[in-house]
Amino acid sequence: MSTDNPPAAVDDTDPEFDAAELRTLRERVEELESSVAELNDGGGKKMTIIATQGSFDMAYPPLILASTAAAFDWEVVVFHTFWGLDILHEEKSKSLKLSAVGNPNMPLPNAIAAVPGMDAVATRMMQKKIDENGTATIDELIDLSLEQGVDLQACQMTIELMGYDESDFYDGVTTGVGAATALQHMAESDVQLLV
Amino acid sequence: MSSEYDTTETLDVKGLSCPMPIVKTKQAIDDLETGDILEVVATDSGSMSDIRGWADGTDGVELLGQVEEGDHYTHYVEKTV
Repeated sequence: MSTDNPPAAVDDTDPEFDAAELRTLRERVEELESSVAELNDGGGKKMTIIATQGSFDMAYPPLILASTAAAFDWEVVVFHTFWGLDILHEEKSKSLKLSAVGNPNMPLPNAIAAVPGMDAVATRMMQKKIDENGTATIDELIDLSLEQGVDLQACQMTIELMGYDESDFYDGVTTGVGAATALQHMAESDVQLLV
Repeated sequence: MSSEYDTTETLDVKGLSCPMPIVKTKQAIDDLETGDILEVVATDSGSMSDIRGWADGTDGVELLGQVEEGDHYTHYVEKTV
């Protein structure tokens, strides 16, 4: 540190240069360095995602981000509400559908997309692509997320609204939580997302 | 595959895509000891940026190097804490 200063500014023989003062300064520098290191610390972050959609394609982004954030050692909460509940529903999560109607990424006019059975066709096409690409399944991502300590929450109000039972959800899913819990987590988070 | 690093273990994530290479790397690192070096072999081209980003943002790991060879992307990660 002292080597950065021009020689004229440093005079080790100066009797006014107090050793105790120097020690205090060094301690202060160490203290500041460690607090800067703490600020730069990537870990210790928190993310809260609100998952409101239950279609096959919309189930992916929250789960991918949650499992990846957990790999960064972030504390992660995903609050599932309305159709988002179906992602955590053990039975329904296995049959999430892609909507062919009103989906501008589908190479089909809406009139054809609306034909009964088209959603199933679109979902099968997407599922095939996912398999071929080595993309994880929704099941796998839920297991991975829970395994890594992600808190997957199911909104109590919508559980009742949809007529679901707490036992319908994957083991490890948190129930008995509402908007206030979600807000509290969001307020404490570095990253908040609504999907 | 020869490497300049003294690797402790190799993790094969070939054929897997985002976010699996990262999640599996993290899990493998958790099972290693301080000073161990993990070799991660991926076919996901996004793993070049993702592993770098993950290593930068995660305590206790250091990315020693990345090698791109055809459609194989190999990463060397040391567990530092």
